[in-house]
Amino acid sequence: MTSTGTEASAADRDETRFEEQFDATIAKDQRIEPRDWMPDGYRKTLIRQIAQHAHSEIIGMQPEGDWITRAPSLRRKAILFAKVQDEAGHGLYLYSAAETLGADRAELTEALIEGRQKYSSIFNYPTPTFADVGVIGWFVDGAAICNQVPLCRCSYGPYARAMVRVCKEESFHQRQGFELLLTMMRGTDAQRAMVQDAVDRWWWPSLMMFGPPDDDSPNSARSMAWKIKRHSNDELRQRFVDMTVPQAAKLGVTLPDPELSWNEERGHHDFGTPDWSELQRVIKGDGPRNAERVSRRRAAHEEGAWVREAATAHAAKQAARTKQTEGAAA
Amino acid sequence: MSDDHVYLSLAEGHDDSDARWAFGTGFEDPLHGVDQSVPEGTDTAQLAAYCLALGDDALVSAQRLAQWCTAAPELEEEVALANIGLDLLGQTRLLYARAGQVDGTGRGEDAYAYFRDADAFRNVRLAELPNGDFAFSITRLLVLSSWRLALFERLAVTTSDPVLAAIAAKGVKELAYHRQYAAEWAVRLGDGTEESQRRMRDALAAVAPYVDELFAETGELKAEVLAVLRQVTDAAGLAWPETAPVPGHGRDGDHTEHLVPLLTELQSVARAHPEATW
Repeated sequence: MTSTGTEASAADRDETRFEEQFDATIAKDQRIEPRDWMPDGYRKTLIRQIAQHAHSEIIGMQPEGDWITRAPSLRRKAILFAKVQDEAGHGLYLYSAAETLGADRAELTEALIEGRQKYSSIFNYPTPTFADVGVIGWFVDGAAICNQVPLCRCSYGPYARAMVRVCKEESFHQRQGFELLLTMMRGTDAQRAMVQDAVDRWWWPSLMMFGPPDDDSPNSARSMAWKIKRHSNDELRQRFVDMTVPQAAKLGVTLPDPELSWNEERGHHDFGTPDWSELQRVIKGDGPRNAERVSRRRAAHEEGAWVREAATAHAAKQAARTKQTEGAAA
Repeated sequence: MSDDHVYLSLAEGHDDSDARWAFGTGFEDPLHGVDQSVPEGTDTAQLAAYCLALGDDALVSAQRLAQWCTAAPELEEEVALANIGLDLLGQTRLLYARAGQVDGTGRGEDAYAYFRDADAFRNVRLAELPNGDFAFSITRLLVLSSWRLALFERLAVTTSDPVLAAIAAKGVKELAYHRQYAAEWAVRLGDGTEESQRRMRDALAAVAPYVDELFAETGELKAEVLAVLRQVTDAAGLAWPETAPVPGHGRDGDHTEHLVPLLTELQSVARAHPEATW
């Protein structure tokens, strides 16, 4: 079949009209919903971002999840178990949000375990002590909140709504992490040393969670125009530093940055430059735990295949049985 | 939603006196309004030992469920298994707290969990066996939750200790869900594929020898629980195996070789820092 010139121009006119509507919705700060027309680039950007976010939640279960069985009190065990469970829940909401854009959870999982899609590089660092659980809550969840609170106003409805709940829970996790550290700082010398050591190891990787500096962030401008992203990487990084410095003082730990100081004129803290080459190495797969994280996710997925197949087979048999019963009754 | 508001609330100082938020919003004390004094005429040693044994079953089970974390076949199962583990951990804490009140030592929950050796644990052996595959874990969960549900339903109305009765009453609601979850999966796996059927048959054969032990003290529950198990295996197209029990009882401190490594892991950090508070 060949399309005539008239049909093509009618389609073009529709496309233009849809695009105008889309742009108007964004301009009015209203939400784009799953059945609305959207540019392909918008859809692809969102799928990539939401999938990466979902993968981060799921991979992020590992570094802390390793401590559930060893948590040194039953109260801490319950808190940590519940937190890691929340992360699985966040992964679920986010994969569901991606599915509203036409993605498929199974395919996204394949993309993760085959290394075609990324997750936050922060989860490629090891967690050698129980203090890491507290510092991850305080820094990593704190940084995640700075990144994610603006996403509650993201232009894509399902993502924005998922983020409201995610942020509430992340905020809770951050407080729990901080409370663990406060308790440890009031404990023994060994506990205090453990906290400071974890702070030293996690500070710079946490600053890198906001992504590369603004002048080196190629996709940011378009995401800002589409109101998927609301603040630049450097703005969010600054916000995180300003939020964290007084908390560190309250805790009695030192943040490992000699350049960190209050700048009266700017009304913000000045701070040093992270080692961006390290971020690039970790993103490219050369971090301390990249291979282990992905291979564990792959193992769980592959070892669980027979379970998922059994559930599918049972559902099909059930449907057939129901149909047969209904057929007999009719 | 104002994002500035959220940032501000996060930066607020933390009130050191408020320890309760760590339990989560909507937390209700299950013992609220329950008289916690020990009723007159109670055999306190027996009551404390009983609370400990039920607490040990729950702690060891919760530890095994925690080992599924990041290894479950699907994300929904991650959430569900953690949920069940958390319920059992909650039961552990209440039961240990009651044991500490009753035995007169005033020991807290962590003293029982972290500073007793394996030979002092009184959990049933089925709880301590390694997780095996998903079929084994589901079959074990089905058996343990069916048994514990029957037991807690009875305790909730028959025990003379009001605290244990309240703990059991709270547990009944949780265990009813655990049993339902396990039964649904047992049916899916039994009915599913050839492989899942084979794995379920193997799991039943591995679990069945440890079932008799559950009824050592409560023989009157056996018929009721086995009827539930047979109902599930029937629906799953499987047969409940008739096998000889493995001799010994976890309630007597008689354990498999699997309990020591489980506790070594569980207690490692607490024992490395005995002076620490967490």
